[in-house]
Amino acid sequence: MSRFSRTLIALLVAGAATSAAAWERYPGIGREATPAEVQAWDIDVRPDFAGLPRGRGSVDDGLALWETHCASCHGVFGESNEVFTPLVGGTTQKDIETGRVEALVTGAFPQRTTLMKVATVSTLFDYIQRAMPWTAPKSLKPDEVYAILAYLLNLAELVPADFELSDANIHAVQASMPNRNGMSTDHAMWPGASQAKGGIGNGGMPDVSNVACMTDCKKDVVIASALPAYAQDAHGNLAEQNRAVGQTRGKPTGAPAEAAAQPAVGAAATLALAKAKGCMACHGVANKLIGPGYNEIAQKYQGQADAEGRLVARLKAGGQGVWGAVPMPPQAHLKDEELAQLVKWILEGAKAQ
Amino acid sequence: MAMIDVQPGRVRPAPENFLTDAQIAAVKDGRRDFLRKAFLTAAAAMAAPAVARAAVEGDAAILELPQWSTTLGLPVATNPYGMPSKYERGLQRRESPGLTRVGGSSVAFTPLQGLFGIITPSGLHFERHHQGWHDVDPAKHRLMINGLVRTQAVFTMDDLMRLPSVSRIHFIECGANTGMEWGNVAVPTVQYSHGMLSCSEFTGVPLKEILDMCGADYKKGRYVLAEGADGSSMTRTIPMELIESGEVLVAYGMNGEMLRPENGYPLRLVVPGVQGVSWVKWLRRIEVGDKPWATKDEAVHYMDLMPDGLHRQYTSIQECKSVITTPSGGQLLLDKGFYNISGMAWSGRGKVTRVDVSTDGGNNWRPARLETPVLSKAVTRFNIDWVWDGKPAILQSRAVDETGYVQPGYGQLRAVRGTKSIYHNNAIQSWKVVESGEVSNVQVL
Ligand code: HEC
Repeated sequence: MSRFSRTLIALLVAGAATSAAAWERYPGIGREATPAEVQAWDIDVRPDFAGLPRGRGSVDDGLALWETHCASCHGVFGESNEVFTPLVGGTTQKDIETGRVEALVTGAFPQRTTLMKVATVSTLFDYIQRAMPWTAPKSLKPDEVYAILAYLLNLAELVPADFELSDANIHAVQASMPNRNGMSTDHAMWPGASQAKGGIGNGGMPDVSNVACMTDCKKDVVIASALPAYAQDAHGNLAEQNRAVGQTRGKPTGAPAEAAAQPAVGAAATLALAKAKGCMACHGVANKLIGPGYNEIAQKYQGQADAEGRLVARLKAGGQGVWGAVPMPPQAHLKDEELAQLVKWILEGAKAQ
Repeated sequence: MAMIDVQPGRVRPAPENFLTDAQIAAVKDGRRDFLRKAFLTAAAAMAAPAVARAAVEGDAAILELPQWSTTLGLPVATNPYGMPSKYERGLQRRESPGLTRVGGSSVAFTPLQGLFGIITPSGLHFERHHQGWHDVDPAKHRLMINGLVRTQAVFTMDDLMRLPSVSRIHFIECGANTGMEWGNVAVPTVQYSHGMLSCSEFTGVPLKEILDMCGADYKKGRYVLAEGADGSSMTRTIPMELIESGEVLVAYGMNGEMLRPENGYPLRLVVPGVQGVSWVKWLRRIEVGDKPWATKDEAVHYMDLMPDGLHRQYTSIQECKSVITTPSGGQLLLDKGFYNISGMAWSGRGKVTRVDVSTDGGNNWRPARLETPVLSKAVTRFNIDWVWDGKPAILQSRAVDETGYVQPGYGQLRAVRGTKSIYHNNAIQSWKVVESGEVSNVQVL
């Protein structure tokens, strides 16, 4: 927060004598930060907008920037559930009036979107500026953050389509945040001073209590929930997730141990290679995650004689633009024959077996 | 002493890998005398010479000297950085399928079912990243202190490692640990239900020491922002009271070596008793301020949704909790008889003073033994004797901390917080044991 730095310079001059004593306690350790260094790292924006950079950006500009930098993961309307929970949705005009999102009580919306939860518009500015786009954080300039945030706020119907967001009017937007009255700090879990003493929370008085009864504590022992059948095998073979000696063994579930123990061959081996080399972090077989699904790639290159060679080159060098703005990093850690094996596998339909 | 114990009604404890899948299936089906029968049949038929000889004279594992007793072993430093035995391969950090969509913003759970004592091996420490992890070059890493301080300062790793250091053992638990289980049972084993928990010895410098050096304004500056150097630049607000207590560390060491990259190498914040997200990894900056920041991970996530639609914000303390790790969900007891029920207990408010264990679903309880050391805001290991009579049982543990707080049951917790809050589920865990020896995850109100 640059607001502090001016006060600090004053303090530095005034308190030089005492500060020297503390600083000299460990001679030779640490040094003073330069103003440029503090400015480079101190990018946080608080709910009172301390730290907010000057700037402006329109919904229109925001739309263009969104399509380039954000839509691939969050969807054009911030609605995508592919890479992360939807950013927008589930808020109403009434919520904007009351400052409380009703769907949080009724469960009327299937997800809890970002705009349903966040009470402070500063949070969105701060986070987009520091962390988004996910694969290129801290690459946006302040005006771009304003424009993108304007577009996001327009998607949530907080500002009109011809709106321009700036450091001058962002305070006004705060007044229409749909969940602005939805926070409580009345709880026992803040480890600092309580609200009564100028801090947060109730000073550590727990909301739930139990007593350590020792005998005949329950009339009936009722099992309220057990592992549902569909979840029995969902975590792989539990026999292989436990020690082979000791008090217990793991229960065999999911794929039989023998099959898993066999060395993978053919397509299965290539799938294992794709997993080991980190390809599956961004690509699904059938669906788009961050990059395109393998089947989408196969479809695009179907019937093209030189597809294999072109794709190998593309994996090696990396690239951007064919499938959207998210860049494909160069895969220098893969050997040529591994690249060829992966490309062949993708073009043949990325089969598991 | 030549004969193996084959007295009726009792199955021999299985040597390693003794059971085939078919045999385990038989055990599951309740035919617990299967092994004995198979053994006797084999012995009588004299079919396989090795088995037959074993039956008559003793255990083949003793009578036939193994390769490791009769050959030369490997030289020193074959593994310059040692690895666990190949037989321990099953105990790994694992993801819970379907929990997250991308590996860069996900969780890998610690296999609590296989751990002893209180220290988590560094390679098994749980992982939670929001924007992937990096192996940060320590020579290029800096810690900046700014905000309400007299001297805004920069420290290198050399600087920080020259300062007087302390080493302390503390647990770290993600605020969302056991979060999948708020409404109903969702996962099979303790790895997935409680595995966002680890406990290590951390070495570093009390943050207070560094803030003192910089002349922090403790009067106005009642909050601190911690920020990471990764893409997410994770930011969390921490109360100055905790820092003044001297407990909050700027740590570089973990279990005798440097932090692992996945856990914040070369520098992370250690905030004892507080949920893991505040233990900012790859720590690059500490700012002293007069108000909380409402960052993304304290204004969109890590907030507890209550039934009235309000979110509790800045919930940070991990309240008292415990879990039995052996026997636990997804395991099989191979026979009736003696077992050492073992588990972990911890509290973000101080020491664990007591753990009670029930084997009848919470009707009757017995106090467990607390093993040393019992440390504040650290995992405490508890053990208790149990002779399983082969009948159905429900195992539970209930911890009490030094404030007198008693770990609640699911019914008590839900009555106040509902089932939608995701975070801070510290309910009593139940493991159901059935006649076949199978242990599974259930919830008892
Ligand atoms: C490569 C995929 C990707 C791209 C591109 C991307 N994001 Fe994200 N975004 C994510 C992921 C993954 C998360 C969750 C991060 C986490 O877990 O902390 C996220 C989180 C967010 C959040 C917080 C949501 C919440 O509820 O926590 C916002 C706001 C956001 N992104 C905005 C943007 C904007 C604006 C852009 C474009 C400038 C953008 N994102 C580009 C993947 C992406």
